[in-house]
Amino acid sequence: MTLRVRALETVLLEKGLIDPAVLDLIVEAYETRIGPRNGAKVVARAWLDPDFKRALLEDATAAVSSLGHVGEIGDHLIAVENLPTLHNMVVCTLCSCYPTDLLGLPPVWYKSAPYRSRVVRNARGVLAEFGVNLPPEMEIRVWDSTAETRFLVLPMRPAGTEGFDVDALASLVTRDSMIGTGLPKLPEVGP
Amino acid sequence: MTSANLTELPEEEIARGTLRDEGGPIFWEPWEAQAFAIKKLLCQKGLFSEVEWSAVLGEEIRRAQDAQDPDKGDTYYQHWVTALERIVGDKTIATADALKRCRMAWDAAARRTPHGKPIELPKDWASGLALS
Repeated sequence: MTLRVRALETVLLEKGLIDPAVLDLIVEAYETRIGPRNGAKVVARAWLDPDFKRALLEDATAAVSSLGHVGEIGDHLIAVENLPTLHNMVVCTLCSCYPTDLLGLPPVWYKSAPYRSRVVRNARGVLAEFGVNLPPEMEIRVWDSTAETRFLVLPMRPAGTEGFDVDALASLVTRDSMIGTGLPKLPEVGP
Repeated sequence: MTSANLTELPEEEIARGTLRDEGGPIFWEPWEAQAFAIKKLLCQKGLFSEVEWSAVLGEEIRRAQDAQDPDKGDTYYQHWVTALERIVGDKTIATADALKRCRMAWDAAARRTPHGKPIELPKDWASGLALS
């Protein structure tokens, strides 16, 4: 594989189509700066600010762009809200379409056939494997991402977080809770 | 919402594999990172679109599954590289022949380079070759 990628890089470099320094910058950005913290801030903001939440659910691409800290978020980002009666999950049944600029690169399981195929057949079973057991009466909706349309789950704000600021709330938002395979962390109870 | 192809996977195939990860590294090998960045850059330059890319990547994943790849996510970047080689060929950005010649040149250079010395490609490796 190393040889194949090196050959790709060499040929594209000779044609003037890539610059190794730019490749390094891209890798560095994804390894260090682009990760689920970006998405967590969006979720925390929506929990705190009803106007932002409304804007996010109406047009997530525009709402997230208005925060200014995110690069490309794809042509069409849709935020789907978890409710006491509804839980949302995201998959890409074709390959691995994912809102990388909000969540970083997808985890290995997101790219695996077991997840891609099982979640559409048995979402509740998949959730149980992630340690999430939802009441039987709760509806589960699975959204299939594409290259053009990506989804961000807006999880429910945990109880006991009254008075928390954006950073404190964002620290409770996990990557999996924004894919729908997990729930936000619960606040630590003080002594 | 459901992909017909994926739901045709045999039950035992679907039952295998774990869905949990413990926050593993973003890239397991340097070549994965390079391949990821090359695609990102070519896409940013408009040489192909995200839609075209995901169609080719999806086909290569499907093809690998047909060839008995359990497709548990750990071979994902192998499919990525195959898709990248294919799309640069389809778009006449770089021919399969040019890539093959380049691989052979790197391989030969590695073989003749003593251990500890930097491997360098001869300047004339592409002589007589139309790169696209």
